Amino acid sequence: MHRVAITGLGVVSALGIGREAHFSGLAEGRNGIRRLDMRDADRLTIRIGAQAPFDETACFGRQERALFDRVTQFALVAAAEALAQSGLEITEELGLQTATIIATAMGGLHTQDDNYRTVYHDRKNRVHPFIIPRLMANAPVSQVSMKYGLKGPAYSVATACASSNHAIGQAFNLVRSGAVRAAVTGGTESVLVFGGIKAWEGLRVMSKDGCRPFSKNRNGMVLGEGCAILILERMEDAEARGADVLAELCGAGVTADAADIVAPDVEGASRAMTLALDDARMTPEEVGYINAHGTATMMNDRTEAAAIRQALGPAADGVMVSSTKSMHGHAIGAAGALEAAAVVMALDRGVVPPTINREEPDPEIGLDVVPNLAREARIDAALSNAFAFGGLNAVLVFRAAR
Amino acid sequence: MSDEIAKKVIEIIAEQAMIDPTDLTPERSLEELGIDSLSVVEIVFGIEEAFDVSVPFNANAPEESDFDVANIQGLIDGVKKLIADKESA
Repeated sequence: MHRVAITGLGVVSALGIGREAHFSGLAEGRNGIRRLDMRDADRLTIRIGAQAPFDETACFGRQERALFDRVTQFALVAAAEALAQSGLEITEELGLQTATIIATAMGGLHTQDDNYRTVYHDRKNRVHPFIIPRLMANAPVSQVSMKYGLKGPAYSVATACASSNHAIGQAFNLVRSGAVRAAVTGGTESVLVFGGIKAWEGLRVMSKDGCRPFSKNRNGMVLGEGCAILILERMEDAEARGADVLAELCGAGVTADAADIVAPDVEGASRAMTLALDDARMTPEEVGYINAHGTATMMNDRTEAAAIRQALGPAADGVMVSSTKSMHGHAIGAAGALEAAAVVMALDRGVVPPTINREEPDPEIGLDVVPNLAREARIDAALSNAFAFGGLNAVLVFRAAR
Repeated sequence: MSDEIAKKVIEIIAEQAMIDPTDLTPERSLEELGIDSLSVVEIVFGIEEAFDVSVPFNANAPEESDFDVANIQGLIDGVKKLIADKESA
């Protein structure tokens, strides 16, 4: 068994392009949610979202844009940043021993939406030849693996809102077990397209006016988009080459509720946290911060607070719990990765991101949700929760590198 | 006319509850019929499609929605109001 170091991080989110933009947005408590700018927005009931300020023409040439959906573009930009920070040199030999596991719950939704319009609305009978290689869920993984010559295990993971945490957990276990030397992992997603938002509107769990996790007056989730990529490697390799270790990934807990296709479950969520702590050989008292799933639906936040109490016991009263979705929106399959980035910031820089828009305390929550303002604090260990529709839960455990 | 609206609303609810429409009396609540939150969302959708109205319902905050889904009579009254509002608009 190997200890697992995080040595690189790349981010695209509504808070900006690049990890520093994401970090400064989180530290400032900046709201990345605004009026959606997209075709047919006037036909939407929900007109807000957390869109990334991403200019594809600045990053990719014409031929690349023809082949890369927005989710693949995000992944390539974030992977480049993460690999550069890690300083890893992908030699032929290391390439054979590096995994690429990048989640996306929905795949190339922009490509699907655009081309359904072409055939159903515009009545065209011919479509662009690259639709399949653009929209397939493994396109981001494959393009990243191709670009850097990563020839170890490579695949995508789709578990709705928990996709990223499942992917990162898989990559973690591959590195920890010794199956690979390094991994490029995380998640990428963009459902901010007319058909994607329409589908979410149907469930009636979306807020029309803002994302207020843990606030008594919360009224639903707000969609976001983005990508975060983490570079994982064996701790001894990172130390031997003098790499800057951002944090240690030290546990993962994964469960299924086997109960309901949309409603969350205290038992399943709590069990995932307990398993994750056991996996990391960590006690609840060591946990200083939890990046919550915190979607701002009535049900999630109430269930999650109860699950945290159940898993941590009395230690729950001393832990900081925040939902950064209040700032970068709910990025679905990329959520866990954007939130892992927030955890790395908390551990590495001692800045705990807040839950913004916390307008009214909710006695049913009763936790320290770091309301509205980031907090400077030395954190030794943190959890990151993700609970998906379909009752699939994945919790990651991190330690500070020091 | 009104009775037709009530009849149609009851049909929509009966389909979700998998109960014979004749067993649905106005005072019965959706909860006692075993209708869960996901089915409520389907009922709201069914009503919108059947009557060509837009129902102000947020599954997160049913109590804040300007539409009562607690019992069958509340639903029928709500639908009648939406139709009246639409016709007077």
